[in-house]
Amino acid sequence: MNNILIVAEHDGRSLNAATAKCVNCASQIPDARIQVLVLGHEVAGIAQQAATLAGVHSVLVADRSDNQHQLAAVLAPQVAHWARGQVTHVLGPSTTFGKDLMPRVAALLDAPQLSDIMAVESARRFLRPIYAGNAIVTVEVAADEPLLVATVRTASFAAVAHSGSADITAVTCPAELPSHTRFVSVSAVSSDRPDLQTAPRVVSGGRALGSSDNFKLIDDLAAVLGAAVGASRAAVDAGYAPNELQVGQTGKIIAPELYIAVGISGAIQHMTGIKDARTIVAINKDADAPIFESADLGLVGDLFVILPQLRELLARR
Amino acid sequence: MKRLLVGIKRVVDYNVRIRVKPDGSGVATDGVKMSINPFDEIALEEALRLRERGVVDEVVVASIGSADTQAQLRTALAMGADRAWLVAVDQAVEPLDAARLMLALAEREQVLAVLLGKQAIDDDNNQTGQMLAALWNRPQATFASKVEFDGAVARVTREVDAGLQTIEVDLPAVITVDLRLNEPRYVKLPDIMKAKKKPLETLSVADLGVNLRHRVANVSFAAPAVRQKGILVKDAEHLVSELRARGLV
Repeated sequence: MNNILIVAEHDGRSLNAATAKCVNCASQIPDARIQVLVLGHEVAGIAQQAATLAGVHSVLVADRSDNQHQLAAVLAPQVAHWARGQVTHVLGPSTTFGKDLMPRVAALLDAPQLSDIMAVESARRFLRPIYAGNAIVTVEVAADEPLLVATVRTASFAAVAHSGSADITAVTCPAELPSHTRFVSVSAVSSDRPDLQTAPRVVSGGRALGSSDNFKLIDDLAAVLGAAVGASRAAVDAGYAPNELQVGQTGKIIAPELYIAVGISGAIQHMTGIKDARTIVAINKDADAPIFESADLGLVGDLFVILPQLRELLARR
Repeated sequence: MKRLLVGIKRVVDYNVRIRVKPDGSGVATDGVKMSINPFDEIALEEALRLRERGVVDEVVVASIGSADTQAQLRTALAMGADRAWLVAVDQAVEPLDAARLMLALAEREQVLAVLLGKQAIDDDNNQTGQMLAALWNRPQATFASKVEFDGAVARVTREVDAGLQTIEVDLPAVITVDLRLNEPRYVKLPDIMKAKKKPLETLSVADLGVNLRHRVANVSFAAPAVRQKGILVKDAEHLVSELRARGLV
């Protein structure tokens, strides 16, 4: 039996879809018994959402005010407490939440960590990308290690359905929690566009947009498609778009059904963020841009002419 | 003396096109250009600016690697670091062991903070800083895009999926840096000459009381699956009709 503990990600209101993808990954480990740990404050509703995930055996809820801001230093001792001596695997999503938290958990447990696992070969053997996805390495944890920690590359796994009904147990961790790390504020750019990481359609803009004013052309096209908005690192660095829209090695790794890249040349660091997209559309005036090598549909031309045309054609049904 | 420790990793240069060896035994690194991990360069730049603002007195850099790593440490000294440690190893070091070595150095140097890149661009692990913070039982502020030291605390703005989060941490602490924190300075020729005279000392793993463990084996390496090249469409109308035909819009 492989006892797997998954750390749920949520925003205090709803469960992040990354958790359902972690459950899928965990389900591929042979003989898996899956527990989801929800850490937060007033998160009964989130625990109920987690309990419906197909394949989940039980949900543990650590509900306390200290957990409100989900600081890694505060959560890690609790995750380690519920993992120690109990489980064979601790999984979390490879999002900024999981990337921050899981190595701290691994160190507290003195366990090895595998980052960004993209496929399961056995309970100890996994595939993960290195060098910005330019190579895939098969890694194996030594047979005498009782426990391993991993982050799951969510773009590699589909979300499981909400068709289950697992038991929910409230837990209290006796571990002493530190006060050396304090939440101050969070500034999220509010947007009525869908979430970049889960949207089935994404329109991204690159440096060729030329200004943050011109970047509104991307927003306009996304609006008619009901798509999320993304950006290349070059566009973010140039200040055309905020960093949370960045797609690629140093931004978000996504797997939408449709990805439209506008004015993006297709550097490997960008492509690693979209290689699991079902269909890639590239619009670029440079016919030699590397993105055309990977695009399913390519259109060579001036984006300032093409984008308004596309918007009009798509709005007309 | 207020001191910062900055971790420096020697990696294949950002601009090198990586190739997997035909036999799948690894990534070809013979004769390719090696550099300081770009994120570590940003960590060092931030440490140097903190010293220039008078927040700290000294910036010490440390690397874990082969003797060749002295080249990257000399570059770090040329950028402006005061001293360097090389923890000499002739084998791969797993992140948890790297964290144990950095912890030993942080304690030995009595540092105010350890600054590291958020990840190395070779193994893309993104683990060492967080592990160091856990072993040290100190705060971690990962993915930093703004760092302010204020007496016994640091306020750090972090790049998270939702946007920007600001946290306050008691010092000492571990800070891992993201790309937008700063633009590292260029090294000038006179600084390279000066750096040759700066202290660069070598330690062994045993000197730091750490025994290396091999708990994760790299079984084989493969090139990523290549996407099939698609078709070119002639105009916006053609693109929309293709998208409709494929049921995508």
